[in-house]
Parts: sequence; structure tokens; C-alpha cells
Amino acid sequence: MATGQAQKLAKWALMPSVAALSAWAFIPLALTFYFAFLRYNLQDPDNTGWAGFSNFYYFFKDPFFIKDLINTVLLVAGVIMATVVGGVLLALLLDQRFWGRGIVRLLVISPFFIMPTVSSLVWKNLILHPVFGLTAEIQRWFGFAQPFDWFGKLPLFSVGLIVAWQWLPYAALILLTALQSLDEEQKDAAAMDGANRFNYFRYIVLPHLSRPITVVILIETIFILNTFAEIKVTSVGGFAGNLTYLVFSQLNDANDVGMAAAGGLIAVVLANMVSALLVRLVGKNLET
Amino acid sequence: MGSITLDHVSKTFGGHTVVPDASLTINDGEFVVFVGPSGCGKSTLLRLIAGLEDVSGGRILLDGRDATTEGPAQRGLAMVFQSYALYPHMTVRQNIGFPLLMAKLDKAEIERKVQDAARILNLGDYLDRKPGQLSGGQRQRVAIGRAIVRAPKAFLFDEPLSNLDAALRINMRLEITELHQQLKTTMVYVTHDQVEAMTMADKIVVLNAGRVEQVGSPLDLYRKPANRFVAGFIGSPKMNFLDGAEAERYRAHSIGIRPEHITPTRDKGRWHGRIGVAEHLGSDVFLHVALDGGLGHLTVRTPGDMAVSHGDEIWLTPDDSRIYRFDKAGLALDHTS
Repeated sequence: MATGQAQKLAKWALMPSVAALSAWAFIPLALTFYFAFLRYNLQDPDNTGWAGFSNFYYFFKDPFFIKDLINTVLLVAGVIMATVVGGVLLALLLDQRFWGRGIVRLLVISPFFIMPTVSSLVWKNLILHPVFGLTAEIQRWFGFAQPFDWFGKLPLFSVGLIVAWQWLPYAALILLTALQSLDEEQKDAAAMDGANRFNYFRYIVLPHLSRPITVVILIETIFILNTFAEIKVTSVGGFAGNLTYLVFSQLNDANDVGMAAAGGLIAVVLANMVSALLVRLVGKNLET
Repeated sequence: MGSITLDHVSKTFGGHTVVPDASLTINDGEFVVFVGPSGCGKSTLLRLIAGLEDVSGGRILLDGRDATTEGPAQRGLAMVFQSYALYPHMTVRQNIGFPLLMAKLDKAEIERKVQDAARILNLGDYLDRKPGQLSGGQRQRVAIGRAIVRAPKAFLFDEPLSNLDAALRINMRLEITELHQQLKTTMVYVTHDQVEAMTMADKIVVLNAGRVEQVGSPLDLYRKPANRFVAGFIGSPKMNFLDGAEAERYRAHSIGIRPEHITPTRDKGRWHGRIGVAEHLGSDVFLHVALDGGLGHLTVRTPGDMAVSHGDEIWLTPDDSRIYRFDKAGLALDHTS
């Protein structure tokens, strides 16, 4: 379409960002790749040299690997399920006309702007804490002498609760925008065709939302695979740790840079596999 | 059966009155067109009949039964929307079958009725396509198909042809008229295009600012407009109006002459003027003439073999038997003087 000159110009104009992007993404990845094949333990600095695939082997053999892999999957799946269902319901609610809708919308979005570390601290110490927490207070009011210890008894669920709380606004916002783009005449047509509220939702609204739901699932998957702050701050890494946390603990607790790098690469490969699978499964919705 | 009666219906949107007081009877099997300029309340009136809006006052009777408080589905009417309002994620088959699915018919029955509708509308080859893959005219037909499967008491059309190009519009106009002949079901059709109204209607309802100005057959409205508004709205090109001394001669406040009732000549006539734009359509020429002495501008329609151009001088003579006379309030006086 464009002339040769415009294409040449575009190429040169893009160069700086291509360069910056490769430096930003490629160099860390290359270094990780390099470290992953080295014997590189900070507690044993004299023992250097190539390690072959042993870092990968021992990362897989780590007693936490399978458990953390399962945790990762459960966390991603659970949070997506909660945010999509909750997001649809919340979006439907926010699409109604009621007094103070503007302020309520603003408030609903706010959790998304809070740093994960901060919200984790708030949830840990002010809301779910078995002694000082809001839930504990409520339980005592109902006469329970021993309030429920969320992070002790249900660590993964509690982490999921925090992450879902952060991502619910995002899902609701995307879905609300989609709801507002639904043609009003379709609602009239559905009413003429005899669809009641439930059928209108089931046959018209939900199919209309399938694309934005796909987008929400894809984006959330990528970000929630990397959940870290919520696990670290609430100190449940030993019970509810995911692969990101396992990589961190290799570096922080075992001081093994090589093994952490290998774990990082494994996590990258797994994340890519999950994304590719998702794009295959739900990405069809994005076509046409 | 499908007779519709509006009994002193009014509609107000938050203090703004769109329809002050409308009374109207639509007989079973009639093709009625609501016509009027944009914002005249014709679509609102249609939506009131459909049940998509609640009336602010008055009653709506369907087949003599009071349907004022019934929901859209209960009324047993079908509507074709301006934007077609097809469900984009459903195939043509699912779109047409949707009202039947909602009515909880069994699958075989739905399929049979969808096939019937598709045959009537020549949609057989497109049943598995989605609306996005269809042309404007095909979408229009799907929308009609979705309306006819339910065998409604009446069809409501809300400016259904306004999104189509000119050629297709003429085509669909014929198809809808043909469909009415075939189905003999009551149809209420809203448009701002008086040509559509004239060519399709059994009965035209001219609306202006929410008021019913006149109801009658197309030729009634053409021959005997009740007032200046109807006279100016029906007919193309528009009727010419003159007032002052020329109107006094006919003992009227203003007079109207249709472009086709004026004879242009080169040498003599009633009025002398200069031709501005001459629009050559082939079969006809529309002359836009500025009369001498500031009498006004007239549009003249004459058969197409008259060779005229911009700036030519011309004499015009009206057909005295076809002059429309109006009083000060714009109401028509006795037809001929």
C-alpha cells in the first residue's frame, strides 16, 4: 500500500524502539540462559565452570517443584474463574442506572491501582489476620472463640482471594465497556422476539461478551502466572508457593544463581506453553 | 386478525412532549405508512404500538383488546428495525429461528418454519452465514424473515430502507409491497421519504410535531391535502406556495401549485421569470424559476424534450383548476375557486 519511501522511513523511525526493546528483553534473557548452564552458587564461590543440564535436572527434582506447579495452575485458574464470573456480574450491576454511579465506578476500579505489596499487607494484617483482622472481629462478634486462621489453614485460597480482589476491577471494567457497546436496538429486538431477562443475557449479552472475556483470560493468565508479592508478603511461600516463588527461593534461600536461572527458563517455557494453548483454545473468539 | 387502534395516546419524555394526543385506527390487513419530517414522533408512535415504550396517556387496542399494559412479546407484533438489529454472533438460521426458540417450539418445527421464511425471502443459500457476511439487502431480508416466522398480527417497520443505497431501496420497496400482497397481514411502516409513502401505502398518516395532520389514501392526500403542511410534504418536487397579491386574486391567504401543474412557454403566459438551475432527468426537466417583481421562486416540472438552460427567460401559466387555496392558519379552503 505504502510507497517505497514511506516504508524506508518507517523502518528508520522504528529502529530506536526496536533497539531499546531488544536490549530490554533480550539481554536479560540471554544472561539467564548463560547462568542456567553455570555452576554458580554464592555459598560456594570457588566451585565454578559449566554445569551442563544439572541445574535443570535438580530444579525438576526439587521436592517443591510439582507442588508449586500445581499451585501455579490452581491460582491462575481459580482467580480467572472468580474474576470472570464476578466481573460479569459487577459489570451488569454497574451498567444499571442508579444514583452515584460515577463515584461507585471510580471506587470499584481503585483496587487495580494499589500496589500488590500494599494490598497484600492490608489483607494480611487488617482483614484476614486471625487476631486483629476484620474477619476475626466479625467471627468473635458471632461468638467464635477461635477465629479462622486464613493464611494458616487455607494459604493458597487466601492468596487467590487477594489476587482476585486486585483483578476483579480490571475484568469488570473491560466487560462494562463491552456491555455499553451493545446495540440498544438488539435489546428491543430481543424484547420483540419474546426473550425474557435471562434469555436476553444468555443468548445476546453473553455471546457479545465472549470476546472481551477472552481478552481478560489471556491478559490475566500472563500476569497471574507471575504472582509473587502476594505470596512473599503473606509469608506462605512454603505452602502456597508457585513457580515464580520457587525461583526466588532458589536464589534467596539457597543462593544458587545457576539453579534459579534454570528455574526461570523453565517457568518462561511453561508460561509460553500455557499461553499458546490458551490462544489456541479461546483465541478463536478473537477472529472475524 | 390485526387491527390496531390508538385512543388519545400521548407520550412525554421527562417534560418534553413528543406525542401530544394521537387517535388512529388501522384496519386488519392494511398497509399504513407513518410519514413526516425527522423528529415528528413517527418512530415514537411505532415504538408505543410495539410496546417498547410505555404510553403517558391513552389506550392502545389490538383487535379490540386493551394492550396498553402488555409487554412487547405479549402483543404478538413483529418489528423490523432501522439498523436491522440482527444478532451478530448467530447464523441467519439462528437469527430467524430466535423468536421461535423463545416461544419454546421444538427443533423440527423451528427448522420447518425457518425454511419456509427463507424460501419466501430467497435466503436459502445464506442460512449458515453470519450477518457480518451478508450485504445490506440480505440483512434486511433476514430481519424481515425474523419478523415473519412468528406469523404476527402486524408488522412494524421502522425506516427499514434508510440504510440501503438508492437502487436497492427501490428493489426492497417492491419486495415489501409484494410481501404484503402475499401475506395480507397488517403492516405499519415508518418513513421520512414521501415517495416510499406514496408508492407503498394503502393509507398514509402524515405526522408533524407529534400531531396527526391528515390520514388518507396516497391519492387523497395528493389531491386534497387538508393543510399547507401536508400539501408541501406530499408530492415531489414540492408544491410551490405564493402569497400576497397573487393569492388575493384567488381569495386566499396563500396558494399552492404543484410543479407538474404549471405550463412553461417561450412567448406569453401569466408570470414572467428567469430560469435558474434546470435539472434534466431525461424523462422530465425541473426548472427553478425566479419570478419577476419579487413574486417568489417556482419549481416547474415539464417533459424532458424542452431545451432550456441557465438564464433563459420564460413565461409560466398555472392550471387554474388545480390551484390549492389556504387560509391564514394554513388550512385548505374549498379545492377550486
